[in-house]
Amino acid sequence: MTQDLPLLSVRRLGKSYGARTGCRDVSFDIHAGEVLAVVGESGSGKSTLLNVLSTQLAPTTGEIHYRMRDGVMRDVFALSDAERRFLLRTDWGFVHQDPAQGLRMTVSAGANVGERLMAVGQRHYGHIRHTAVDWLGRVEIDAGRIDDAPRSFSGGMRQRLQIARNLVTHPRLVFMDEPTGGLDVSVQARLLDLLRGLVADLGLSVVIVTHDLAVARLLSHRIMVMRHGTVIETGLTDQVLDDPREPYTQLLVSSVLQV
Amino acid sequence: MNAPTLTGYNFAYLDEQTKRMIRRAILKAIAIPGYQVPFASREMPMPYGWGTGGVQVTASVIGPQDVLKVIDQGSDDTTNAVSIRAFFARTAGVATTTATADATIIQTRHRIPEAPLTDGQILVYQVPIPEPLRFLEPRETETRTMHALEEYGLMHVKLYEDIARHGHIATTYAYPVRVAGRYLMDPSPTPKFDNPKMHMSPALQLFGAGREKRIYAVPPYTRVVSLDFEDHPFEVNRFDKPCALCGAHGVYLDEVVLDDRGGRMFVCSDTDHCGTRQEQGHRGDLSTPREGSAA
Repeated sequence: MTQDLPLLSVRRLGKSYGARTGCRDVSFDIHAGEVLAVVGESGSGKSTLLNVLSTQLAPTTGEIHYRMRDGVMRDVFALSDAERRFLLRTDWGFVHQDPAQGLRMTVSAGANVGERLMAVGQRHYGHIRHTAVDWLGRVEIDAGRIDDAPRSFSGGMRQRLQIARNLVTHPRLVFMDEPTGGLDVSVQARLLDLLRGLVADLGLSVVIVTHDLAVARLLSHRIMVMRHGTVIETGLTDQVLDDPREPYTQLLVSSVLQV
Repeated sequence: MNAPTLTGYNFAYLDEQTKRMIRRAILKAIAIPGYQVPFASREMPMPYGWGTGGVQVTASVIGPQDVLKVIDQGSDDTTNAVSIRAFFARTAGVATTTATADATIIQTRHRIPEAPLTDGQILVYQVPIPEPLRFLEPRETETRTMHALEEYGLMHVKLYEDIARHGHIATTYAYPVRVAGRYLMDPSPTPKFDNPKMHMSPALQLFGAGREKRIYAVPPYTRVVSLDFEDHPFEVNRFDKPCALCGAHGVYLDEVVLDDRGGRMFVCSDTDHCGTRQEQGHRGDLSTPREGSAA
């Protein structure tokens, strides 16, 4: 029965900054293993939406329910601080556009990956290190770099390290904010390939915010197009991108450079 | 009573209202072992970093009948120790001592005396940075939340880094501890050698940080556990040789450079402990020959 319930259920979510609107009236469900892309131009409210979804901002209106590991749907803003923070570092992940925000730049790659494990009470150095080596391998970082600080890593490696750091506790839901932003095209392609593999292997649910329609096409099952803080079109990714209904979506799709 | 008490000052320098305020903070700190209680730290006639927090705590708990001992890195005769002892001798007129067993209040910077403390004694620590998570998490709001929610995984990240870099936990002082199974606490920059002495100590341990305006405490007979990993357990510093003056094993030693050709000796950092042992006839490798022995 619980499998029929969505993992995340968002109803009439809105966030305004005083008189200014960040996003409003956003509703959607995500089921386990589903990838939802949120696309739109700069200032369309994508990042505000992601920050509200990941409870880093309090919404002005609406509510978010999450299916906890025990199968019960709970209002994430009714959770206690302790429960919410625990959720954030175990069952959820957040991949920032700038890896420096999501990583601890002053500690080694191994400690970055191990931090969540230590946060949930693992106290065996050997096991933590073994898991860190395993995860570095999965994100294609040479195990020999485990004791190097992320500041000595390239942009692409930092982003992959950030992904490993988030996935080490086997979260069920990951939020990604322009994970390929700022990377060159070949590195982007490898990262997307890696992400696609991980998402499929682990059965992750992902909310990915991007302005790059190619990223949405490659990764997501469903897509949500935002403009001026509201959702103007939703649907299956292929359907929306191949046959856009709204004039704005048509404009967006047609502005992609064809090489 | 070794010096005439100064006139024009209240007993033990601080005014009574200030002492009340600090005593309240101390009581709260004792009630919540390891919790950092904010207090309105006063300007003291000494610079920050010289023990203004410890002096305020001592001034608030000291009475005319108390006997005060002050140590700095284990030593009774360094500038800091001598001046703080003189300060209380002149402002409170209390008796002072260098003998650990005779003291009722011991103010310390960076050491716990070697001689076991007893019921009724108070150990007052001078603390520079009370927050053990500070260098890992610079935001005070965040560290307070972490304490409130018992989120101490980050501290292990530091220990992990130590092992990854050095092969063992290389933190040798200010080694983090859990107090009474709850609060993470910085034991002030004492060597980790002294950490086991804090565990179930019969003495009351008070910590004062003047610049950071925090007081915390470990009540008598409280569990104090040093953090570690299952496969890298906590260990105290070990020394190859005994003290060069009194021959003591199992004590914390200071390195003293003897000349400019690499000569050095290791002697007890606790001068009172070393002196007492020498009076009892213990000798180390570099002690002057005993009177009456063969020249």
